[in-house]
Amino acid sequence: MNTLKLVRLVAWSSIAILTAAMLYLLLAPKPDSGSGVAGIGGPFRLAAADGSTVDSEQLKGRPFALFFGFTHCPDVCPTSMLEITNDLNALGDLTKAFRVYFVTVDPARDTAALLKEYTGSFDPRIVGLVPKDEQELAAMARSYRAIYRKVETPSGYTMDHTATIYLMDAKGEFFGSLDSKETPEVRQSKLKRLIAKG
Amino acid sequence: MTTLLPGRARLRASAFALLFSLAVPASLPAPAFAHDYKAGDLQIDHPWSRATPGGAKVAGGFMTIRNNGRDSDRLVGGTFDASGIVEIHEMKMDGGVMKMRALEIGLEIKPGQSVELKPGGYHVMFIDLKRSLKEGESVKGELVFEKAGRIAVEYKIENRGAKSGSDDHGAHKGHGAPKS
Ligand SMILES: [Cu+2]
Repeated sequence: MNTLKLVRLVAWSSIAILTAAMLYLLLAPKPDSGSGVAGIGGPFRLAAADGSTVDSEQLKGRPFALFFGFTHCPDVCPTSMLEITNDLNALGDLTKAFRVYFVTVDPARDTAALLKEYTGSFDPRIVGLVPKDEQELAAMARSYRAIYRKVETPSGYTMDHTATIYLMDAKGEFFGSLDSKETPEVRQSKLKRLIAKG
Repeated sequence: MTTLLPGRARLRASAFALLFSLAVPASLPAPAFAHDYKAGDLQIDHPWSRATPGGAKVAGGFMTIRNNGRDSDRLVGGTFDASGIVEIHEMKMDGGVMKMRALEIGLEIKPGQSVELKPGGYHVMFIDLKRSLKEGESVKGELVFEKAGRIAVEYKIENRGAKSGSDDHGAHKGHGAPKS
């Protein structure tokens, strides 16, 4: 009987300790994601879906957001684009000149025309970027420390990809990121701070 | 593997997942309002999908499948009127990376189990969409189970941001067996 009691005591104490530890991890103050992190992002020059070219040099002075995705994406890409559309709209005039770049990780299927139709069905401030070949895509992903990988499915393929929305400041440096798990308030306050910082 | 998330945030996320899994019972009762279908011992609640963005060639189909029988069954495929191909997939986030895989041997529904197909998780993958899906419409399809066979269902198309099937079932009465 005593052994049983002891076992029970140990079990319950471990549960208590685990719970406390997890609560601490959940509730402890987060490091500020608004501080610049070296090494994410860098210069790029990519064809935009509207036929123009987007050169990061010409973006200097204007903060922007950037996302890696593809149109054959059932959930994460449309959800992220819908959320940032809602965030941009919620911030009103502040985001008039703000741009979100959607870099396709599937340039084989995502033609400029298709990407334009896709992003256009969300918001005109979302601009599709189409790397011209595998090398250009790989360099872009490396610079943003993003991952993408082609994965076979029975009928074709899909793409694994980093699903972060990168926030880049006016100098083209990493400012922070937006996450689907965050509330609209949190995301919008980050966007606000980014635009205010310039 | 490179990832954007600092270790702390990842730890936080897994802690949250753990806590969540401790706090929420494994199977929640199915809502009583859902439109449902029966195939043998299987009960399929509220198949739904989302309106698609312009040019999109894929979409996910979602529902809850409950196995009231004594034997395990598998969802192995299906059809969808608006798409050429249907596959059974699993999606998950792994360190900030979206990963999607085809379930080569289908999705097992164990006896007494309720499996939810939902955004960010298991889904029926509609591939080669022949047209866009519009909010408010219903699209016919079939689900194919290893044992229970084929069953005709209708997917309700929700808005693009829907996280779950809508509660409004006024628009589609009259199919599926009533729930006991
Ligand atoms: Cu899928």
